[in-house]
Amino acid sequence: MTPFAPARTTSLLEVSGVSVTFDGFRAINNLSFAIGPQELRAVIGPNGAGKTTFMDIVTGKTRPDEGTVTFGEVPRSLLRMSEAQIARAGVGRKFQRPTVFEDQSVSENLMLALKAARTPWRVLFWRETAKDRARVAELAAQVGLADHLPRKAGELSHGQKQWLEIAMLLAQEPRLLLVDEPAAGMSFLEREQTTALLVELAKTRAVVVVEHDMEFIRRLNCKVTVLHEGSVLAEGSLDHVTKNPQVIEVYLGR
Amino acid sequence: MTRTFLTRNPSTLWFLLLLALFTLGVTLLAEGFGIGLIPTAFVKVLGKTLCLCLVALAMDLIWGYTGILSLGHMAFFALGGYMTGMWLMYARTEEIVVQALAGSPIPPTLEEVAQGVATQIFGVVGGSDLPMVWSFAYSAFLQLPLVLIVPGVLALIFGWLAFRARVNGVYLSILTQAMTLALALYLFQNDSGLRGNNGLSGLQNLPGLAEMPQSTLSILFFLASALLLAAGYLLLAWVSSGKFGSALRAIRDDEQRLRFLGYPVEGYKLFVFTLTAMVAAVAGAFYYPQAGIINPAELAPIASIYLAVWVAIGGRGRLYGAVIGAAVVSLLSSWFTGGMAPAIPLGFYTINWVDWWTVLLGLAFVLVTLFAPRGIGGLFDRLPSPRRHGAQLGPDDGALREKEADA
Repeated sequence: MTPFAPARTTSLLEVSGVSVTFDGFRAINNLSFAIGPQELRAVIGPNGAGKTTFMDIVTGKTRPDEGTVTFGEVPRSLLRMSEAQIARAGVGRKFQRPTVFEDQSVSENLMLALKAARTPWRVLFWRETAKDRARVAELAAQVGLADHLPRKAGELSHGQKQWLEIAMLLAQEPRLLLVDEPAAGMSFLEREQTTALLVELAKTRAVVVVEHDMEFIRRLNCKVTVLHEGSVLAEGSLDHVTKNPQVIEVYLGR
Repeated sequence: MTRTFLTRNPSTLWFLLLLALFTLGVTLLAEGFGIGLIPTAFVKVLGKTLCLCLVALAMDLIWGYTGILSLGHMAFFALGGYMTGMWLMYARTEEIVVQALAGSPIPPTLEEVAQGVATQIFGVVGGSDLPMVWSFAYSAFLQLPLVLIVPGVLALIFGWLAFRARVNGVYLSILTQAMTLALALYLFQNDSGLRGNNGLSGLQNLPGLAEMPQSTLSILFFLASALLLAAGYLLLAWVSSGKFGSALRAIRDDEQRLRFLGYPVEGYKLFVFTLTAMVAAVAGAFYYPQAGIINPAELAPIASIYLAVWVAIGGRGRLYGAVIGAAVVSLLSSWFTGGMAPAIPLGFYTINWVDWWTVLLGLAFVLVTLFAPRGIGGLFDRLPSPRRHGAQLGPDDGALREKEADA
């Protein structure tokens, strides 16, 4: 393993030659992936293609056996950083199932996510200002939860929880957003809104969307990366990859 | 901001009010300054109970709020007791030795006094030298800060090792049990420097106050304990409110999610573990002078399990619940085990509460867990539970269960 540290690159995230094996099963196999600072990218692939493992590696939950993962204009390796450090560096993650703090109110959830100091000591002496409250209200309004601020997050509907989680992501102000199946459990209208939001977000930051739903990806209208057996099978526009015979065989043909 | 801390936390205000009333009532009824309706022995029981309430508060912060089921916090409590105990015992023995040597024709040198103290304290374990750990015991100024430092540093090292390795749930509980057991076994040894299983005794006598009757002393300690409990309650209410409290509850319910928000979860756990260890130690430092004696049996693993039971019965995740649980269970416990509860003759068998109390306590614990998961404290707010079809409030082991939470 050679430490690969390129000088200034045009990509925000660069994953190269990454492999990871779980109990002999090679979940990620020499995977390389790069995304620019303002780019929307869809990642598709059949079950077990390594989509979630890929996200786990980028967010620091899983350590790869080999390869490098760098982030930022002046690339910093993410491999030696903890999950929390990676999140603070600007990587935000949206889970497949909505994960919000169910015993806490919508505003508490958003306050926790708001970009601010994260160390115990600083948080202990942190007191919310009018500016923080305004920002929380603004975020809640943005996802249609303005009337639900004092409600416990656990009471929200599945779709509302998805929106709350998206608002929490926005509150973090990440530079790279990893979004796992955002459309799951959403109504048709909500899907439309989600697509619009993701496209809008990608104007100012990098957004990686993992999704099964082809219709949804078509509406994102962006570059698509197809994963298969832990590595990239094809990359390009949706029309380009759907014409690829290998892609048809492993994914679309079924 | 116009809203103060107390208006935002009405339960804290109520608690402080009730505590003040209770303290005033006891002071007026006790022997020391009042009409003498409450015997001194019971004042001591009440004073000790207040200290137990404080350690229960600490347990509630670490378990009820942060979801870390530590079964070792009574070790920190006892360590705090040992640290004050060393000073009390040294100072008291020094007074006796000086008095005894006062009659000798040549005034004793400082070394002779120190040697006399060492022989007095360690004669019982066959030693005559003061061990290293007693280096500071001669001075309250040097010894009393150790009440915070020794348990604090121990908690910091233990917590750092455990949390860094991401030991969670049952494994962490077992590890804390192992810690308290190891500490107890170490202290049981005569050469540990703390008088082995004899422990430290005579702690009820404050140096320089030999003339003061125990009736006065007991009420002073009672008042100090009440003040300490009030201060502890305010501190922990402050810590558990605001964004910090929100982060703690987030750790309890879903720590991985909080990591992805950028929070150094291990740092938070370490902070809370150490803080609560120090609060427990201060509680112990005031408890043992009222008990008069401390020995390694106080660090038995069961003591820390009882602590968890108090908090569970009182209702975890509510500070007042912890206080109620500790007060009710420990007072009932001393009533039943003190031989005051009348035995029940069944003809073929007599129920002796001294033997059956633990069974009753166990039963109460099971009943509370099954039928009143929010504990006695939960009876006060009468909020409904959320309807979650049995799902708990987060994926972690310590997460609130459906019936524990408020809608």
